[in-house]
Amino acid sequence: MKPFVRTLAALALSASLPVAAHAHKAWLLPSSTVLSGKEDLAITVDAAASNDLFYFDHRPLRLESLAVTGPDGAVVRVENASTGKYRSSFDVPLKQAGTYRIALINEGVFARYKEDGKEKRWRGPAAKLAEEIPSSATDLVVTENVRRIETFVTSGSPGGAALKPVGTGLELEPVTHPNDLVSGSEAEFRLLLDGKPAPGVKVEIVRGGIRYRNQLGETTVTTDDSGVFKYTWPEPGMYWLEANVTDDKATIKDAKERRAGYAATLEVLPE
Amino acid sequence: MRILLSVGLSGLMAAPALAADMEISIEVPKLDVAEYHKPYVAVWLEGPDKKVAANLAVWYDVANAKKEGDKWLKDLRQWWRRTGRELTVPADGLTSATRAPGTHDLKLDAGHPALKDLAAGQYELIVEAAREVGGREVLRIPLQWPPKEGTSLNAKGEHELGAVAVNVKP
Repeated sequence: MKPFVRTLAALALSASLPVAAHAHKAWLLPSSTVLSGKEDLAITVDAAASNDLFYFDHRPLRLESLAVTGPDGAVVRVENASTGKYRSSFDVPLKQAGTYRIALINEGVFARYKEDGKEKRWRGPAAKLAEEIPSSATDLVVTENVRRIETFVTSGSPGGAALKPVGTGLELEPVTHPNDLVSGSEAEFRLLLDGKPAPGVKVEIVRGGIRYRNQLGETTVTTDDSGVFKYTWPEPGMYWLEANVTDDKATIKDAKERRAGYAATLEVLPE
Repeated sequence: MRILLSVGLSGLMAAPALAADMEISIEVPKLDVAEYHKPYVAVWLEGPDKKVAANLAVWYDVANAKKEGDKWLKDLRQWWRRTGRELTVPADGLTSATRAPGTHDLKLDAGHPALKDLAAGQYELIVEAAREVGGREVLRIPLQWPPKEGTSLNAKGEHELGAVAVNVKP
């Protein structure tokens, strides 16, 4: 017997942990990425999972795992956070000049097992695994998930400590600053897995506005030996990129596999 | 002043050119629109290395009642990315109020801090305009500095800028 509340929580979590190939795209959408001025600066960010970028028509992303890092490297407290039917939303005050990293970091496990001959699936925090999976379960396969969904915003001149790699899971190390992206120019980034360059990883890049065009127009680039990928933005817009890695570096007991995912929303401005 | 000097020197190895004058005239077009705000305008020189060689003028809402005039400086996108975001505004001799439709002149004599240390070379004068609830336009005029003879160079905007002219003389 599963309590109703937990089912809801599992559903919400599944929206932010897309592991299946047919998962929805999870994204953060900032109201601005480049700001000038000094007085009372803030942005609003939407958080949702959907098929079409960037339309909130499917599920909100939960904000429990939200982490905003300011230019000084310290945590920034968000304001007016709320979760509605289709999106979550929150404000980020920008009291310092420099670059902010806004991230949802989801860590958990995905379990598949059989109970009385029936296929069952469970998703949730690793700590709950033992109590959630019945002792009569057979054919248990546990996968560890670590997933980071990010966007970036800069007030004034880009800089500060927020972009320093965290060192766990899959993340993006900027060579080109993520708030310095211009249509027609090439940008360069390095993918890191547990803080080390991640070579041979496919990165999917899609421009927003999908609802109003017939073709998705996605591009896939692959990181080179030093984990670097390059991309020339064909036109201005809000872009979404995603990469996933599956390996055997699971840290959770019982987990055979680890899946690390990364998604970012990046704004490309006109020249 | 300090800012202007450091920008003027950046990326340029050659010795300063001999004294010469520069006169720039910029037409802010009269537009028949329901809601009109005077445009923000930035004027600068780009060096052969594509870096900002000299900031010449920035017109923005300096006296905004809520002190929010600098909030829209980022809409001068090229200027903001290339140099604006590194500057502190308002800046003496650089920033001033927005201009009404009409033709406005900028006279820079040889002693102007932006010009007096400018090395000889091929530059582009860039004029960028951005208007609230309106559009944005960037004009570029290539010019040789210092000029060998008196020269008048022109460009014509289509949306947010009218005629732009630069007269240089040795």
